[in-house]
Amino acid sequence: MANGFFGSVDEVAERLAATGYLASPAIATTVFLADRLGKPLLVEGPAGVGKTQLAKAVTEATGARLVRLQCYEGVDEARALYEWNHAKQLLRITAGRGESWDEARTDIFTEEFLLPRPLLTAIRSEEPTVLLVDETDKADVEVEGLLLEVLGDFQVTVPELGTITAARRPFTVLTSNASRELSEALRRRCLFLHIGFPEEELERRIVALKVPGLDAALAASVVRVVGALRAMDLRKVPSVAETVDWARTLLALGAERLDERVVRETLGVLLKHQDDIARASAKLDLDAV
Amino acid sequence: MSAGAASGAAGADPADGPVARLTGLVAALRDHGFGIGTGETVDAGLALEAVGFADRERAREALAATLLHGERQRPVFDRVFDLYFPAKVTVPGAEAEEGAGAGSGDGGAAGLAGLRERVAEALAAGDTALLDRLAAEAVAGYGGYGSGPGTDGWSSYRTLSRLRPETLLARVRAARTAAGRAPDFTDRLLDDEIRRAVEDFRERVRTEARRRVADRQGRDRVARRAVAGTADRVDFLLAGREQLDELRRTVRPLARKLATRLAARRRRASRGEIDLRRTLRGSLSTGGVPVRPVMRRRRPGRPELVLLCDVSGSVAGFAQFTMVLVQALHDQFGRVRAFAFVNRVDEVTGLLARGAPDPAGLGERILAEASLTGWHGQSDYGTALDGFVERYADALGPRTVVLVLGDARTNRADPRPESLRLIAERARRVHWLNPEQPSLWGTGDSVAPLYAGLVDMRPCRDARQLGELIGRLLPV
Repeated sequence: MANGFFGSVDEVAERLAATGYLASPAIATTVFLADRLGKPLLVEGPAGVGKTQLAKAVTEATGARLVRLQCYEGVDEARALYEWNHAKQLLRITAGRGESWDEARTDIFTEEFLLPRPLLTAIRSEEPTVLLVDETDKADVEVEGLLLEVLGDFQVTVPELGTITAARRPFTVLTSNASRELSEALRRRCLFLHIGFPEEELERRIVALKVPGLDAALAASVVRVVGALRAMDLRKVPSVAETVDWARTLLALGAERLDERVVRETLGVLLKHQDDIARASAKLDLDAV
Repeated sequence: MSAGAASGAAGADPADGPVARLTGLVAALRDHGFGIGTGETVDAGLALEAVGFADRERAREALAATLLHGERQRPVFDRVFDLYFPAKVTVPGAEAEEGAGAGSGDGGAAGLAGLRERVAEALAAGDTALLDRLAAEAVAGYGGYGSGPGTDGWSSYRTLSRLRPETLLARVRAARTAAGRAPDFTDRLLDDEIRRAVEDFRERVRTEARRRVADRQGRDRVARRAVAGTADRVDFLLAGREQLDELRRTVRPLARKLATRLAARRRRASRGEIDLRRTLRGSLSTGGVPVRPVMRRRRPGRPELVLLCDVSGSVAGFAQFTMVLVQALHDQFGRVRAFAFVNRVDEVTGLLARGAPDPAGLGERILAEASLTGWHGQSDYGTALDGFVERYADALGPRTVVLVLGDARTNRADPRPESLRLIAERARRVHWLNPEQPSLWGTGDSVAPLYAGLVDMRPCRDARQLGELIGRLLPV
């Protein structure tokens, strides 16, 4: 059942790192297990910590094909699973004038008139596939039921065609921002991974990797300031994406080290609310100039 | 369970294999309210097999991935995991001491100073493996108490009050800054960073003490008693300051979840209702056949909410949490007004709404700025309800939903049910959320049954229940 993309936890970490994704031990272990046990991986965590990026990195590391289902409010079976191409079916019926009903019926419900959507595409795929179900929490509860069926056994039943079972299980990643509590049933079928903010040392390595031109000492200071901001009670704490943005900003400004002025002028890159900026400035003593 | 308890008693038990440990861990987690099925336990076993035991952190992540369903369960899981899969800590000399029994429990003053010095160095270097070893050494040296079997044990409190790691701040700071570099912007972050590191070390000591107690008393017992539950299951009336702080951090995610739920209910309510009168009227033009059904148009306008909170000592935590939660949900309502009382009622809407509310200081601000007490400092529901009807009756209307928060303990004063009845008549709905369990209603000075006869009273003991009640009770 398992894909066998990876041989060991260390190999996961190495190959993900080769694509530019530095995985924490938790991430590497869980990805390895998802691959080994053939279970879908449910990834939760704050925005901007690299949930979607993880799926892309796995795709790149394994040379698989990425099939992505972006969930939104109102996404339905026709968008997620499959749809019949009605227009083409009508054309076929008009073209086959004088044909008996039985002939037409068996003909218009065939592969040719089926429009596979991401879930079906991933299941039918012969080559190694990574299925990314992005922002699962945005979808309605009905779609969750559909996902249960598909991810439980990796098979889909199309009434006219019969049951389609996955030739090889796609490596499945579901991401969620927890704006809605996903059902227990769905969670049960998945391995659970929470990606939080990285440890200081890992984040330094991420900054060094993404912004190679930045001085190591300055990068360390950047990570420490971001760590301090995360410990504050803010409306929106800066995420890894913001850390990297800030490092890029500092590099572009040519700052050699952090001081009050630089931090005050660039705090807007890290914090997106005015009252957060005010509170952080007070806590960091930026106004005491 | 019983097999787990037997195997937990001694480390050398042959039944103490990985399977017994895993099932023991699952049983302990279930006792903490985790819904873990057999299938997941099997998956956990497979995961452990795939990852192996060589790296303890990997085993931890493997179990977390298969057994957990949410991040909020993680702290409890970590503590229970530490009990069932303890790290092999070898401290020179400590093993012998452990064998000799916990009774000695005193490493001498000179040893203490040396240990403090080493802890300070490890904190400055940020060496977590060394900190683990030092925590073990500290508990072994200074955490033991009692002498006879059955009364002796290991205490993190004793260890920490001897070691006092929080007083190492200055030393760690000196070690960190003496590295010979120019003053830097990030120096101002140093104190907070050290404080966090010290708190982390204290947690390591607590973990180690729990492990030792578990060795002595059996893991299952310690896992159930000594590990605190998740924040949203902490009883409002029993929560300490720290737990309330933790609870407050869950307000925003909870509010967001409730907002989505309310919005979904609102959406659902707005479709699919046929306006019979207008459909029949329209059908006249098609000879009485209702060809085009007319949907009922949704009335815009959101409910107004009035909170009436008892903020006296006993239930203050509950009231504050609810106020902050409702404030975070304010865009779901037409208007939110909050009133607080002890024995006099005063409006506190302004205090709640001002800018970004500082939830931690809310309780103090309310007590300082609103006049809530009259002649005495005890809560008196009758007088407060009377005062509310007298002074703020204009807050009530046909669109108003009133939430009363309190334990209905009036300190033997007149409960004045007629005031509550008046509120119930004026408002669209009244719900009373009582942080006490129903079996306590009516005991002592509680007049809960009397009030429960007039309005809908429900028990609401922890954050999880509160979230459910708010999601269900409030009209959309």
